[in-house]
Amino acid sequence: MESYALLLAATLNAGTVLAIAALGLLINEKAGIVNLGAEGMMLCAAIAGFAAVVHTGSDLAGFAAGMGAGALLAAIFGVLVIWLNTNQYATGLALSLFGAGFSAFAGIKYVQEKLPERPQFHIPLLGDIPLLGPALFRQHPMVYLAMFMVAGLIWFLYRTRGGLVLRSVGESPESAHALGYPVRRIRLGAVVAGGALCGLAGAYIAVIYTPLWVEGMVAGKGWIALALTTFATWRPARVLLGAYLFGGVTMLQFHLQGIGVNVPSQFLTMLPYLATIVVLALISRNPAWIRVNMPASLGKPFYPGS
Amino acid sequence: MTDLKKRSLLKVAALSAAAAAALVACGKKEEPAPAPAPAPVAAPAPKPEPLKIAFAYVGPVGDGGWTFAHDNGRKALEKEFGDKIVTSFVEKVPESADAERVIRDMAAQGNKLIFGTTFGYMEPMLKVAADHKDVKFEHATGYKQAENMRTYDSRTYEGAYMAGVIAGKMTKSNTLGVVASIPIPEVVRNINSFTLGAQSVNPKIKTKVVWVNEWFNPPKETEAATSLINGGADVLFQNTDSSAVLQTAEKMNKRAFGWDSDMTAYGPKAHLGSAIINWGPYYIKATRDALEGKWTGNTGVWWGVKEGAIDMVSIAADVPEETKTKIAEIKKGLTDGTFTIWKGPIVGQDGKEILAKDAVADDKFLGGVNFYIKGVEGKVPGDKK
Repeated sequence: MESYALLLAATLNAGTVLAIAALGLLINEKAGIVNLGAEGMMLCAAIAGFAAVVHTGSDLAGFAAGMGAGALLAAIFGVLVIWLNTNQYATGLALSLFGAGFSAFAGIKYVQEKLPERPQFHIPLLGDIPLLGPALFRQHPMVYLAMFMVAGLIWFLYRTRGGLVLRSVGESPESAHALGYPVRRIRLGAVVAGGALCGLAGAYIAVIYTPLWVEGMVAGKGWIALALTTFATWRPARVLLGAYLFGGVTMLQFHLQGIGVNVPSQFLTMLPYLATIVVLALISRNPAWIRVNMPASLGKPFYPGS
Repeated sequence: MTDLKKRSLLKVAALSAAAAAALVACGKKEEPAPAPAPAPVAAPAPKPEPLKIAFAYVGPVGDGGWTFAHDNGRKALEKEFGDKIVTSFVEKVPESADAERVIRDMAAQGNKLIFGTTFGYMEPMLKVAADHKDVKFEHATGYKQAENMRTYDSRTYEGAYMAGVIAGKMTKSNTLGVVASIPIPEVVRNINSFTLGAQSVNPKIKTKVVWVNEWFNPPKETEAATSLINGGADVLFQNTDSSAVLQTAEKMNKRAFGWDSDMTAYGPKAHLGSAIINWGPYYIKATRDALEGKWTGNTGVWWGVKEGAIDMVSIAADVPEETKTKIAEIKKGLTDGTFTIWKGPIVGQDGKEILAKDAVADDKFLGGVNFYIKGVEGKVPGDKK
């Protein structure tokens, strides 16, 4: 039993990284922008966050630096695709490759660094409940923050005027433009916010999840986050569930090996993507599902004059 | 980089123009070989010119483990020979078609001694070696050789055994965990040797193994280590190349070992000792062979504690004195030949005897270890049984 509680704990932790990044990408996509650069932004944020913690000793500084790095890269991406109307997919891929290379270059000096010891988190009382305590209430605060973020995003997207405007920009930028909304600036804002969240996820990896810096350490989590938004059919709550599901798959492969069940880890590695393809195929068969949730202008450039 | 590309492009052009003649051109020194120069005998290099030596690394030099250890060997080499040699390296060369390209480039740039430091370079190196007869190739951990290619390896399992002795003494749960990389005999042998070491001091030991199927992926290593600890293991051992396992143990208040390089700094509380590889002595010997014209291909060496290639260092202060003495005795025994790790009786997982009492495994046997011994849980991946 105890090992299952710990498996659950590890799953929540693994899923948090995915959830935060995927929420950021969801904000982008709700505004009609696909940013394939998630992996690159997360890598740059990881080294920025790691370096900040090395120099200041403060995790908060690390998270801030990561968010800053993610937002900065996203802003560059945003200007390129929103004002210069470069192809979103090609630009995003370029950002991803650039981020991987740049972070490796910037991180050379930090490869051997180690971070100071940090406290274990433990919610009083709740953390002492047998089984459930270690599973749910001894996590890093970021794990709970991710849950609040989801609630916050749901409220913002579906209960506020700002969220409505954001979605309208993703659905029909022409209409939003005709109503007098600054479509390009709103999209840029969404891209930057999304970049900041991806950055936060990247920094969390390098500062908390695997507290060290090595090249390419995000190891595909950015791509899984991208797949997640589709898997979740662009619904924030499903993004969180999907993140835990994919996080769980990662942990499960090791757990199964540990108890002697031999599932090829390569098979489990491909599962998130396979699941995404299945979901894509399913929702494509049902036009109503797509229409309800998929931003209609996703990935399409917007020309205010036309 | 552009220069390099240009050169290899020219080389491709030359190859397609006149394959046979181009082969000679490829072996030539620095100049970019614009046309297949018909030089039947490669002119001997002028004496004062230093020997150019290149290293291909699978990981980044800063991995703190496997590649870091090789690079320390390279530095030892530079220190030993000074201006008689020039060394260079390319890091993070994937075990794929890229490896052949990189190694071919190294030969084209006039390197006369090339070290490939991972198993996966075996076929690429063989191919390049066939095209560059005047270049000497040294391949780590492989088994294929040629007249200008030989192999070298270190008996990492000796370090694994010593780590096992310490782990067997220090565990409280009697459950050890191994984060394993890729299921090749070397790694399976290390898992078994680690277990043998532990059983030598604590017969109740069982070893859990989790494979990550990569040499270097810190997040995955972290997740694997976490799941082993969650499964009850309190001392971890790894055959992967980063320090992530040790750091995970540090974070979760368990114990672990350094591997390939001294990793004390990555987890001072968790660190029980580091099983290190010292590549320096072999690199110095190989280079001396090449410089003195004594280098021959078609051979291979497997160095261990005896040759100074393997050691257990920085053993934690809280490891009992008797265990430290035992480690010293093992080292002495391995050096003077009075102690052998793979000596019967050794029993397989199914209880069948693998090595009869007092039988000693030879290197051929050790090279084909693809089974778990009794005490290791789970199955070797890909095992059909």
